[in-house]
Amino acid sequence: MSNMIFTSNLTFEYHGHHEHNVKAIDDLNIEIKKGSFVAVLGHNGSGKSTFAKHLNALLLPSDGSVYVDSMDTRDEKNLWNIRQTAGMVFQNPDNQLVATIVEEDVAFGPENLGVRSDLIRERVDEALMTVEMLEYAKHAPHLLSGGQKQRIAIAGIIAMKPKCIIFDEPTAMLDPIGRREVMDTIKKLNKEEGITIILITHYMDEAVQADYVYVMEEGKLVMQGMPKEVFREVEELKKLGLDVPQVTELTSKLIAEGIRMPSDILTVEEMVVELCRLK
Amino acid sequence: MPIKVEKLSHIYMKGTAFQKVALDDVGFEINDGELIGLIGHTGSGKSTLIQHLNGLLKPSEGKIYIDSIDISSKEVPMRLIRQKVGLVFQYPEHQLFEETVYKDVAFGPRNLGLDEEQIKVRVTQSLKMVGLNYNEIKDISPFELSGGQKRRVAIAGVLAMQPKILILDEPTAGLDPKGRDEILGEIKRLHVEQGLTVIIVSHSMEDIANIAERLLVMSKGKIVFFDTPKSVFREVDVLEKIGLGVPQVTYLIRKLQGLGFEIEDCVSIDEAKKELLRVLRGRTS
Repeated sequence: MSNMIFTSNLTFEYHGHHEHNVKAIDDLNIEIKKGSFVAVLGHNGSGKSTFAKHLNALLLPSDGSVYVDSMDTRDEKNLWNIRQTAGMVFQNPDNQLVATIVEEDVAFGPENLGVRSDLIRERVDEALMTVEMLEYAKHAPHLLSGGQKQRIAIAGIIAMKPKCIIFDEPTAMLDPIGRREVMDTIKKLNKEEGITIILITHYMDEAVQADYVYVMEEGKLVMQGMPKEVFREVEELKKLGLDVPQVTELTSKLIAEGIRMPSDILTVEEMVVELCRLK
Repeated sequence: MPIKVEKLSHIYMKGTAFQKVALDDVGFEINDGELIGLIGHTGSGKSTLIQHLNGLLKPSEGKIYIDSIDISSKEVPMRLIRQKVGLVFQYPEHQLFEETVYKDVAFGPRNLGLDEEQIKVRVTQSLKMVGLNYNEIKDISPFELSGGQKRRVAIAGVLAMQPKILILDEPTAGLDPKGRDEILGEIKRLHVEQGLTVIIVSHSMEDIANIAERLLVMSKGKIVFFDTPKSVFREVDVLEKIGLGVPQVTYLIRKLQGLGFEIEDCVSIDEAKKELLRVLRGRTS
């Protein structure tokens, strides 16, 4: 019962160009615990976004099943409960904002859920406070920066009080400051609000902040583990068309030259400690 | 001197309540065949600057010379400038519109009034330059391609104009690491093999450190630095203050220097590897 997400033999097929079926997801078995922060990596076309869309029933399995907070996504009567339990944030903030005033945009979700209007006010303010955008409540979203817009989109999801949020490459279109703002918000939601986070990304510096990492390739799970266990496989990840943090790659090159140091270094601080020990 | 910018200022909506100074007394020169990285926080003026370089925007004040021609002058035909300076916008694949890859890449040259034979030569060459196979791809709809392929077709459309200067606004945005490495590799190759002068706008300090010969750093409409990546990335404090950073290895090396390691500045993994091996082996042997 402690699983937020549970998939059993999840397979998703669609019809390709030449009449043969393509398996975008191929027999995937994943368990994501409540309150955890997991990252899903993979290059474009690896199936990671298709997987994400199964987690709030935007897509339904061709075969196998997906349970969100123990609700089967194929059961139509669960649909609205699932959508309320698992919110989604997409890549492009401009495609997710619907209103002309920030607070109206955030209120859109709870309004549709039929929340009482005095409670909506409360939820909107709370949500904006969580993403640190309360002072922009009366602003027009299109005049905000990319990072701010994305935080408004996140506030719109939080206002629906989800237990889980799926982020599909939320920082791909942002500049470094916007990326940091959004990552800080995501970590805060996980640590302080206890929301289960599933982060789809191909930025490794974001993935290393997760508790657990899944790597997908051709619709299959090819690697999984704690960030330290996954990222030490520098060659394997590069073969999959993925990056590793610069210090991890540097470490693997030094080891190849005969320098003795642990292969699971992920941060500048860890590397400094190791190098001081060698000096 | 292919690009010379003198005292360039640009003010949006001048004289209104929304007046905004986007470029403030900017001046620099770029040499033939250089590969320049342009970095700066969103709103620093990068996009405004590159739009001046092919005449999409006119200076509020100052001058821009391309191959000694003052393009801010009203007499200069824009067609001439657009042919010399190719501008690849962010997400250029959104601008693909034709039924086939061939027609899309041929659009520019056809507007130049070239005959069909010349157009075919240009399409073939420019698809090859971005690493695509002409025969395999020419009849496909651009909308059936992958993200990385679409972007390369869009870049080929600009190259088909045979520009001398190629400007790319965040050419790797939204691509995965493999797609990013491919595009940067093609750009580097074009620069080396065709001698193109290239300006790349980027948010990735790691990418830009690996590819650029000089970095033009902007903040609040002004130029903060214009120097080699190594010199620019020494200025960590200033860069952080203006919303930028340095590559992760550069942070590492700086920390080590602070702890008494006698080690040179590094901006790439390979440099750092060499330096660290020198230091570590020097100590242990």
